[in-house]
Amino acid sequence: MDPDMTPNILLAVVVAVLVAAGVYLMLERSLTRIIIGIILASNGINVLFLIAGGAAGGPPIVGQTDAAEMSDPLPQALVLTAIVITLGITAFVLAMAYRSWQLNRHDEVQDDLEDRRIARIAAANGAIFADDDSGDVGGDLDEDAAVARDETGGVRRR
Amino acid sequence: MNDLSWLVPLPVVLPLTGAGLALALWRHAHAQRVISLAALTLTLAASLALLWHVDTGPLVVDAGGWSAPVGINLVADRLASLMLAISSAVTLAVLVYSLAQGVADGDEETPVAIFHPTYLVLAAGVAIAFLSGDLFNLFVGFEVLLAASYVLITLSGSAERVRAGTIYVVVALLSSLIFLLAIALTYAATGTVNMAQLAQRLPEIDPGVALVLQLMLLLAFGIKAAIFPLSAWLPDSYPTAPAPVTAVFAGLLTKVGVYAILRTQTLLFPGGRADDLLMWAALATMVVGILGAVAQNDIKRLLSFTLVSHIGFMIFGIALSDEAGVAAAVFYVVHHITVQTTLFLVAGLIERRGGSTSLDQLGGLAKIAPLLAVLFFVPAMNLAGIPPFSGFLGKVGLIQAGVAVGTPLAYALVAGSVVTSLLTLYALVKAWNKAFWQTAPEQVAPMHLPRGMVGSAASLVVLGVGLTVVAGPLYGYTERAAGDLRARAPYIESVLPGGGRGDGVSDDVTRDADLEELEDPLDGGEP
Repeated sequence: MDPDMTPNILLAVVVAVLVAAGVYLMLERSLTRIIIGIILASNGINVLFLIAGGAAGGPPIVGQTDAAEMSDPLPQALVLTAIVITLGITAFVLAMAYRSWQLNRHDEVQDDLEDRRIARIAAANGAIFADDDSGDVGGDLDEDAAVARDETGGVRRR
Repeated sequence: MNDLSWLVPLPVVLPLTGAGLALALWRHAHAQRVISLAALTLTLAASLALLWHVDTGPLVVDAGGWSAPVGINLVADRLASLMLAISSAVTLAVLVYSLAQGVADGDEETPVAIFHPTYLVLAAGVAIAFLSGDLFNLFVGFEVLLAASYVLITLSGSAERVRAGTIYVVVALLSSLIFLLAIALTYAATGTVNMAQLAQRLPEIDPGVALVLQLMLLLAFGIKAAIFPLSAWLPDSYPTAPAPVTAVFAGLLTKVGVYAILRTQTLLFPGGRADDLLMWAALATMVVGILGAVAQNDIKRLLSFTLVSHIGFMIFGIALSDEAGVAAAVFYVVHHITVQTTLFLVAGLIERRGGSTSLDQLGGLAKIAPLLAVLFFVPAMNLAGIPPFSGFLGKVGLIQAGVAVGTPLAYALVAGSVVTSLLTLYALVKAWNKAFWQTAPEQVAPMHLPRGMVGSAASLVVLGVGLTVVAGPLYGYTERAAGDLRARAPYIESVLPGGGRGDGVSDDVTRDADLEELEDPLDGGEP
């Protein structure tokens, strides 16, 4: 193997730590922690790109550096793009977290409505379906849906 | 290489230019409408021209004149052009629908100043993903369309949408991270992100590493395509968005994931080592998805579950990994984009007319809105696969391909797809009966549905039926596309003619310097 392509163990450890910390934070419910996790993990992946490009060399400009001494410019271009994307997405998620705080006084990722409804029915040990097709209005399912939506502060349109 | 290669970037450039103009003219709602409409109409025209032209051979453009494999290239082959053509048709119809809705409702649901630029960016992102000949550029395409979709799904920022949007955004971010990680590992293993060059190099690397790369890409695309067990985010987040947004998401976003799976499985990993896994995933997606739909009492949620379920059909076709299976899968994607978008648009009309999407509160619509009943019935039967509609033809193609393969797992999938079709029929007929036939729980005030909304939904219904009419030539086209995909050589040859580099002008530069010297570091050491 070309010695230049042997990965640097220190960088590999940095990648592992960043991604592990990122995954840990992403398992949280609060959006602000999740976004910090995503930033850490994506920075870890960016470092991984640098490892993928091999050992550092001179600037990859024809005429300035000998071709054999050049750094691989492609991963750097990829990392630059990835950083810009992460920046934009981070801005959006922070705005969304703020909006969530404005509305609900918290920025948590909330339960799936369906999950919550099923959990409640299971807790009450009730029937999942009380629908007899007889045309009566306002079956259990619908009332449940309305309540489930109200819990999250939602207003049904019309 | 060809006179018409200037057509290839147009489906990306036109909507992006339109988005910029629409954003700059945010004070002038009328101008924005004209710009969006013009941009998407021209995109459709360009896509149709591409569709017709690439039947003679793929068109390749090296962006910025940098040769592949170093530069980014756009490749329009049969599959990409077919997906582009159908997606531009659908995006245009949905735009008309939302314009009509905006005229009728005063733009509160879909504020023009934000909605139009974002929607155009979404269209551009979808086009980038379809045309990209480069794995990293595919990632960029995904990010462009996802960033636009984040804005669209949280449009107007109500509590309900922020709740649904949060789940959607976090899941999408996670899949993007996995995709980016897979690209980094791919580059580390092969020294390239160009798909044609990857197709040449991946067989040369360690098979274990190649399998890891394949599975990571499948995981990332599986989340985007909503394959069970990675599908739970979809039915909860889609229905809360405005009707046109849900419609275009349902039609296009998951299909971009399916397209990415199809492209990577056929071009990069032709060995079919993940086929059994994909088959099981397809079976689970079909059955679990449709059982979810059967249990639903809200028409939008019901449709979201049928969307998840029918992704299974496409994965089934891909997992068969022979020409007949891939051809049927491509046909099914085209059918499903059209029909699923139509159903969500019609669900928006039902909500408007009946005042709810809950099947318990709807009723008697067949009497007061007979046209709406027809508009729902035709795509519903099309989705369930009733002859002679295109859904039936796609399913028959898949079942034939499955029987031809003849392994026990393939037979299980054939059985699963028949059961899923029947349950789809059950779920949709139940919805139709409740919404249109049951005694109306309460009288709704008579109203006229805006003509533009009905017209654009109707035009998509007609397009869906039209797919049946042109099914012969279309199926022939998908078979040729599948032939290309399985053969791989047409794609690789057109991107890297003569096994060398692309035909951008950057080889002038390399000729000035010493060609031999420059190639080595960039290629990461060719063996």
